[in-house]
Amino acid sequence: MKIPDDYILELKKITKRFSGVEVLHDVSFTLRSGEVHALLGENGAGKSTLVKVITGLHQPDGGEVYLNGKPVHFANPHDSRQAGIAAIYQELSLFPDLDVAENIFVGRQPTTTAGRVDWRKLYAEAERLLSSLGVHLDLKQKARHLSIAQQQMVEIARAISINARILIMDEPTSSLTLNEVADLFRLVRRLRQEGAAIIFISHRLEELYELADRVTVLRDGAYVDTRPLNEVSRDELIRLMVGRTISNLFPKQEVEVGEVALKVEHLSRAGSFHDVSFELRKGEILGMAGLVGAGRTNVARAIFGVEPPTGGQVFIAGQEVHITSPQQAIGYGLAYVPEDRQAHGLIPPMTITANISLPMLESYARRGWLQDALERSTVFAAARQMEVRASHLWQRARELSGGNQQKIVLAKWLLTRPRILILDEPTRGIDVGTKAAVHALMSKLAAEGIAILMISSELPEVLGMSDRVLVMREGRITAHFSRAEATQEKIISAATQAVGALS
Amino acid sequence: MKQTPLAPAETQVTNLINEFAPRRSFLARFQRWEWMLVGLIVLVVLLNTQLSPYFLDALNLSRTSSDFMEMGLMMLPMVFIIITGNIDLSVASNLGMCASLMGWLFMQGVNIWVAAFAALLLGTLAGFFNGLLAARMKLPALVVTLGTYAFYRGVAYVLLGDQAARDYPEAFTYLGQGRLPGTLIPFSVALFIVLAAAFGLVLHRTTFGRYLYGIGNNENACIYSGVPVSRIKLIIFTLSGFMAALAGLILAARFGSTRPDIGNGLELSVITAAVLGGVDINGGVGSMVGACLSLLLIGLMRFGMGLLNIQGQVQGVVIGLLLILSILLPNGLVQLSGVKRLDRRSILAVLVVVILFALFFGFFFWSRAPVLIGG
Repeated sequence: MKIPDDYILELKKITKRFSGVEVLHDVSFTLRSGEVHALLGENGAGKSTLVKVITGLHQPDGGEVYLNGKPVHFANPHDSRQAGIAAIYQELSLFPDLDVAENIFVGRQPTTTAGRVDWRKLYAEAERLLSSLGVHLDLKQKARHLSIAQQQMVEIARAISINARILIMDEPTSSLTLNEVADLFRLVRRLRQEGAAIIFISHRLEELYELADRVTVLRDGAYVDTRPLNEVSRDELIRLMVGRTISNLFPKQEVEVGEVALKVEHLSRAGSFHDVSFELRKGEILGMAGLVGAGRTNVARAIFGVEPPTGGQVFIAGQEVHITSPQQAIGYGLAYVPEDRQAHGLIPPMTITANISLPMLESYARRGWLQDALERSTVFAAARQMEVRASHLWQRARELSGGNQQKIVLAKWLLTRPRILILDEPTRGIDVGTKAAVHALMSKLAAEGIAILMISSELPEVLGMSDRVLVMREGRITAHFSRAEATQEKIISAATQAVGALS
Repeated sequence: MKQTPLAPAETQVTNLINEFAPRRSFLARFQRWEWMLVGLIVLVVLLNTQLSPYFLDALNLSRTSSDFMEMGLMMLPMVFIIITGNIDLSVASNLGMCASLMGWLFMQGVNIWVAAFAALLLGTLAGFFNGLLAARMKLPALVVTLGTYAFYRGVAYVLLGDQAARDYPEAFTYLGQGRLPGTLIPFSVALFIVLAAAFGLVLHRTTFGRYLYGIGNNENACIYSGVPVSRIKLIIFTLSGFMAALAGLILAARFGSTRPDIGNGLELSVITAAVLGGVDINGGVGSMVGACLSLLLIGLMRFGMGLLNIQGQVQGVVIGLLLILSILLPNGLVQLSGVKRLDRRSILAVLVVVILFALFFGFFFWSRAPVLIGG
């Protein structure tokens, strides 16, 4: 056994469950003073959850956390901050109307003996702090006028000013320009030299090689390996990250692919995606891969009329259509199972019946008067077919597990008899059993001639289910693979290429 | 007891889902807010018959019932609006504007029925305008109708200034003062009952009503499911405008005159009645029966207190306390039943409920004390 004093932070066999689903399983992690330790894994591998366990936002269901060799329990982020741990998330949390110096010392302003804020001291200390970090910022600038990179610097300065010894940076470079990234790395190296320990999360492998000392890889919530970065090749890293043999969990049958059901040409929506073109055929499952935020959901919403596109054309069965609302989309035989079940897929406080019948409610009514028996029997048959597990039809949707909720959303959309089905993260956050059921259903629907567009951040799912794969990055389609061509490495590479490397 | 016949092939999956909910126990079925209101109504009736011999007088009840019908007419669409999670603060001002337009036109020599029709049209348009801003422009209904609350009342003053329109023909005042032939039932009460039944059926038996609950519980999910959310909102605000105008005609007919401040402040009574009736101010929950029961309760309480010469302002205090209690009491009970060990919060909640209860009854009896003692 190692001497615990060796590490500033040590996690041992951390397990975390959300409503029965294990999202972290026996994860161990160690961090030394004066190192940059990269945390690597696919979307949903458990990186963010692990970070939240470290900062006390989540409490682990099993395992221990040691800080400087002593076991600790953080009940909330305040505790961890007191212990010298600071996290800088993708969403920055500065007060937009306070200036740089005020933001650094917010809540801890130096005061005069009379209890008033000692402004002179505040600016002097902010000045000293920033220059010790080698950062040049106008102290009186309001945070809302700072660039993302500058805001990050302020957050880092704030963390240093509370004597944080452990800094966690969650995808800090995702929205920075190359020059800004260089500035950030200079700062991180400086902090490392001064003995800080840094946990660095990024999807860009090149950056990790440039900056990090060691890397820990997570996969499906489980610990894979920890290696010094100079001993592991890029290909090996990708293999560690995704290297799971694809089981027959994904039963996509070979289906005779029919004529084009949906064609999208040069589709754009200002600010979210540009020049997206693809074809989707009957009986085909088209996978759409990419990182979270690559614009895939926006494309789906645009096609479905929730956020109509600002440019480009959409053709359904060869006819150009202009869909500006989901009502129209449903009329054209489109159905969209959204990514966010709670917010967009379901009405959680209402009954299973009301949820399933919602899109087709008019067809269970005569001149607007609801025909209860017709609605009930139709919904019952659909719930039966989807094997929804609940005590009865009048249970509220929010009382069900994630998997059963997803079955209800699927039942609801299948009752519209769609010809084109868009599934956005169809198996996110649901148990393995339901996941297999959803995959079997997709395969069956494709065999019936339904055209399916599947957005998924889970690579094995994309590879297992798709006939063809599109990859999106930063609002554009960056690659297009046939089932035979597609590999996890190729998809990851197309989804994560550093800005400017392509085009 | 099997409620659905199963095909042989399906028998191995019997534990999946049942078509029917299990019957609820006798007691459980009484755990509804509507029954609580029924209990309160019975209590108020019993108390009042003890306190005043005039309470159960048929003629008195007939007279007083029409006092609450304008409120009731505006409450019907308000229930729709609150269930969708919106609010219409402009109803009483709209009522005032429409009644004033009618009065002004009548004074210009226009036929009263033509003037009344113009008022209904104006009210509907005013409601449509609220709907346009709230539904199509997606502005918050609270702000939109707060604006038109001031705007519509202002128009009423512009139309009538400091004068009052009066001397309406008897055929018109029948709307507010008349009774159904051969009975003691006021015309306005009959109209309210018919409309309440219609609104109730729409809310609980049609697709439109289902959409209202859907919007109130999760507007986004409704949009994603193809529900015409903004058209539905436009319809209910327009309906609210029409009903406000109708209420304006009836109020003007009951008074026999119109002043520009007619119906001032009524919007809050309307909202109070709906919320006391169990319509959740956050949307998604409520029933028409509950709202109508609550209107009846408020009416009976005000009538009873009026008989005992309790001032209107004092009546307001009592109704206000009742409203707060109606929200606190169920929450307090839920908190109590879920509490395993007494923490400071639950003790505080119980204390607040007890104090409010004491205040409510204390005030109720104190304000009646002179009557009780004096006989």
